[in-house]
This record gives sequence, C-alpha cells and structure tokens, in this order.
Amino acid sequence: MEYQTQAIAKPYFIAAIGLFVAQVIFGLIMGLQYVIGDFLFPEIPFNIARMVHTNLLIVWLLFGFMGAAYYLVPEESGRELHAPWLAKLMFWVFLIAGALTVVGYLAMPYARLAELTGNHILPTMGREFLEQPTITKVGIVVVALAFLYSVGMTVLSGRKTVINTVLLTGLVGLALMFLFAFYNPDNLAKDKYYWWWVVHLWVEGVWELILAAILAFVLIKTTGVDREVIEKWVYVIVAMVLISGLIGTGHHYYWIGVPAYWQWWGSIFSALEPIPFFLLTLFAFNTVNRRRRDHPNKATVLWAMGTAVMAFLGAGVWGFMHTLAPVNYYTHGTQLTAAHGHMAFYGAYAMVVMTIISYAVPIMRGQEAKSNRLQVMEMWSFWLMTVSMVFITLFLTGAGIVQTYLQRYTDTAQPFMVVQDKVALFYWMREVSGLIFLVGLILFIASFWPERVRQEQLEPQAA
Amino acid sequence: MREMFTKSMARNIYYGGSVFFILLFLALTFDTHRAWPERDNRQAITEQVAEGKRLWEENNCIGCHTLLGEGAYFAPELGNVYKRFGENTEAIKIFIRTRPVEGIPGRRSMPQFNFTDAQLDALAAFLKYVSGINTENWPPNIQG
Repeated sequence: MEYQTQAIAKPYFIAAIGLFVAQVIFGLIMGLQYVIGDFLFPEIPFNIARMVHTNLLIVWLLFGFMGAAYYLVPEESGRELHAPWLAKLMFWVFLIAGALTVVGYLAMPYARLAELTGNHILPTMGREFLEQPTITKVGIVVVALAFLYSVGMTVLSGRKTVINTVLLTGLVGLALMFLFAFYNPDNLAKDKYYWWWVVHLWVEGVWELILAAILAFVLIKTTGVDREVIEKWVYVIVAMVLISGLIGTGHHYYWIGVPAYWQWWGSIFSALEPIPFFLLTLFAFNTVNRRRRDHPNKATVLWAMGTAVMAFLGAGVWGFMHTLAPVNYYTHGTQLTAAHGHMAFYGAYAMVVMTIISYAVPIMRGQEAKSNRLQVMEMWSFWLMTVSMVFITLFLTGAGIVQTYLQRYTDTAQPFMVVQDKVALFYWMREVSGLIFLVGLILFIASFWPERVRQEQLEPQAA
Repeated sequence: MREMFTKSMARNIYYGGSVFFILLFLALTFDTHRAWPERDNRQAITEQVAEGKRLWEENNCIGCHTLLGEGAYFAPELGNVYKRFGENTEAIKIFIRTRPVEGIPGRRSMPQFNFTDAQLDALAAFLKYVSGINTENWPPNIQG
C-alpha cells in the first residue's frame, strides 16, 4: 500500500460484505415466500423483506464504491487522502443510519415508521428503492457530500488521471441524481418520470462510470498494460454509456403516461446500451491478453474478467431481451424484469466491488496476493456465486416467459395468482440456486479470514 | 489505424457526446411537460386522490404490487385494478377491508391494514385516477 490513508477503505469493504450477507438472507426469505406464501406472515410480510433486500443492496454497493474510491483515489492522485478523519467519521454515520433504517423497517409497520420520521413534512417514502425515511435520505446526502469533499479535494490537488476524473464524474453524478429522490409530486406520471432520473441514471448511467474506473484501475495494476491504451478504452466505454444511456431512459417511459414518441427514442437508444458492456468485455480480455506481467493475485484477474462478461450478459443481453417497446408491451413488470435485475446487479456491480476487494485487501495486509490455498477457495466462491446467479436468472427467465404468455399474450389471459401457481416449480429451483449462492458468498468471506490461527499452530512445529 | 484514433479524440467524444445527449434529454423532457396535460389525467387529481397516493406510499404497497408495471412482482398489477373490479370502487374497498389478519395458510395474502372508511375511499379514488392515465393501452389485457 503506497499511502496510509488507503487503509480507510477496509472498514467500508467489511461493512459492504456484511450487508451483502444480510441481503442474500432476505433474498432467500422472499424466495421462499414466493412458494410458501404465509412464510413469516404477518411478522415479516413480503413487502418488508423486499425493501430490506433491495435497500441493503444499494447500501452495500455504496459502501463498496466508497471503499473503492478511498483505496484508489490516493494512489491515482499520488497523495494522501484529504481529510481522512471525515472519511472515518462518515463510515460510522452511514453504517448507523443504515442499520437504524433497517431496524425501523423490521421493528414496526411501515406506516408507523413514516409517521415517526415525519414523512408528511416532506413525503418521499414508499416508492420502489427509495423507501428510506426522508431523514435517512438527508443523511445519505450528507454522507455523499462529505465523501465527495474528501475525494474531490484529493483529486483536484493531486495527479489527475483519466480513472480519477471518470470516477469523480460518476460519483458527482450519483450524488446529483439522488436529489430527485426528494421530488414526489401527486401527479403519478410526473412522479414516475423523475423517479427514473434516480434509478435509471444511477444504474444505467453514472454507476457505469464508477464501474469502468474501478475495473480499469485493477486492470492497470494486475496486467501492467500501458496507461495510455487503457485510458483510451475507458473514454470510449464511458462515452458510449452516456450516449446510449441518457436517452435510453426512454425504455422506462413506454407505459407511464408520457407521449408515445418515447417508444421510439427509448427502443433505439436502449438497444445501444449493450455496446458499452460489450466494449468492456473486449477491453478486459484485450488487456489481460496483452499483459506485461503475471500478477500473483490470480483470483482478482478472474473477478475482473468475470465482471466484464457477466455485466455484458446481465445488463447487456438480458436487458436487450425486453427493451424494445413491442416486446416490452408484453413483458413489462413480469419475472423477466426480476431475472434481468438479478444478473445485471450481480454482474456489473456486486462483482466489481468483489474485484476491488479481492485486489486491495491482501495488499492492505502487506502481501501482493493471498496464499495459493486461499486463492483457490476464492475462485471456488467466484464460480459458485456466478454459476448459481446464472441459474437464478435462467429460472426467473423461464418463469417470466410462461407468465408473459399465460397472463399477457394468449387470447385467454389468466389472472395473476393463477399464473403464479403454474410457475411455482421455477421459483423452487430459483430458491435452491439461491442457497448455493449463499454457500459461495460464505466461502468468499472464509477466503479472506485472517490466517493467524493457522500460523500459530504451525509455529511450534517450526521451532 | 490504432494511432489515428487518439486518446484526445476519445475524450472529446465523451465530453461532446455527453453534453449533446444531456441537452437532447432536457429538450424531450420539456416537450413531455408540454404534452402531459392531455395524457396524465391531472384533472382527476383531487385532495382525496393525493391523500390516497400518500396512503399508497406510506403502506409500501409497491413492495408487493406493480403500478403501471413498476414495483415488486409478488402481487397483481393495480394500474388497471379499477377496471378489473368492474369500475367499482366499493369492490376495491371490500377487498382491502376483508383481508385476514393472520393471512391464508400456505398462500400469499395481503396484510390487514385496518384502514378507516375515509382512508379506503382515498385509496380507491387514487386507483381510479391511475386507471385514467393514458398508458398507450398497457397492460395488454384486463388481467394486468
């Protein structure tokens, strides 16, 4: 580790993975509720479990992104982090605010939480992914501003690399677009239109800049390929992200009360959205093929290439599958959306966070890479999680195709719940895949568990 | 060929492309605002409908249902529920009011929210307003 302040990333990474475990457990609860409808009812109704599942995802990815930024920005800027005390303080603020929010979700009815936190003063709650009490949203803004201050000052007063600039643009965009979470008009069409400015412009916009920057950083470090070449790739990728993704927002606007021309804009531009992901895959493979060194951390290189491939499949291919308006007319809001959501979030964002953790944590412990045994364990966790996520996606896709046909496409459309019963087998198989995913995640954690105990056991023998 | 496409060209595409498409997006947004009064059923938004939307939000209905296709996929679409229930707000109110407190053994069930009559009226009014938004004939049929 070149700079002391890079170590600030460590608690962020630990919190990220801890919350990831909780997210997966709640995912398993929901998966069971899909087939055993009264499981944990009325103590943890589905809507609560779902809110915890998706909110934990967002929070742990944000922890991961912040950790990544605190790790790579000092190294890229060639200086220590500005105001490291603020970064340490904000870790606790964010963790406690996040924990209190989740406890609030679980401890009381949601309406009571809304009442307690004064939602009537500035109503922002109860919209998908933005369920947090308004006060938590204000907290997120405070944390984001403090974070941007530390990172921004470091970048501005240090070496300005393309990775730094793109990362900072992505992070500023992230904070800026979140402000639309505070706009909640009574007019549902307007509400939905601007709600997507947070949701779409995050995951199909600025987050992709963060993804590209983190991946480029890890690839530079592990392959030793010339920065000039990598930076050109990064510019082309992020250019395509915004060229396709901004107007691509239109693919969410087909059926929510906006003019019909959005069907054309949305279809054409969102059909281009797989391009940056395809370029990302080309970029990763090209860079690894032209490597000038064989980095001892083989697991990290596997994560980096895996991220590129899975992001292309999950976000690119599975997104394209239902993005054209005539197709989406039948598939909108079915299990196909859930299938796409799972593989896209895992492939693009969960995996890139695990990539940087895989790279940075051994270095924080003073070694370039983990022992071979632990790397093998980590690679097992990669394959278990990735393959089980592919199967989760395939089973949900199966459920989604049957649902689309029976409930939407056929001349004798059947009611929602009748169709849900018919696809139960897919849900059962998805749940089994989910259990395997959890095993993979536990193995990932185990591969990072400090080896101290083993060394102490070995020492007497050596003596 | 590789040398002809330089890093600064890539950078210019990034900045130029972003600015151009941000402006285009804003222009389309401006036009959407212009077109909304004809499409978004705003004349139906009363105090009661606004109250219904608040109740919809503060009970996290989107955590199970979809509304115009967005939300969770655990329970039926409600954008057209007013039409599915025979354009009868009373039927919607009865359904919500009669959910069993302890659920239905082995089945999915909507929680019992203990709404007052005025709250049920507001929720039904909100769902009726939503069904009047011009959604380009989505969903494809009454099942949502």
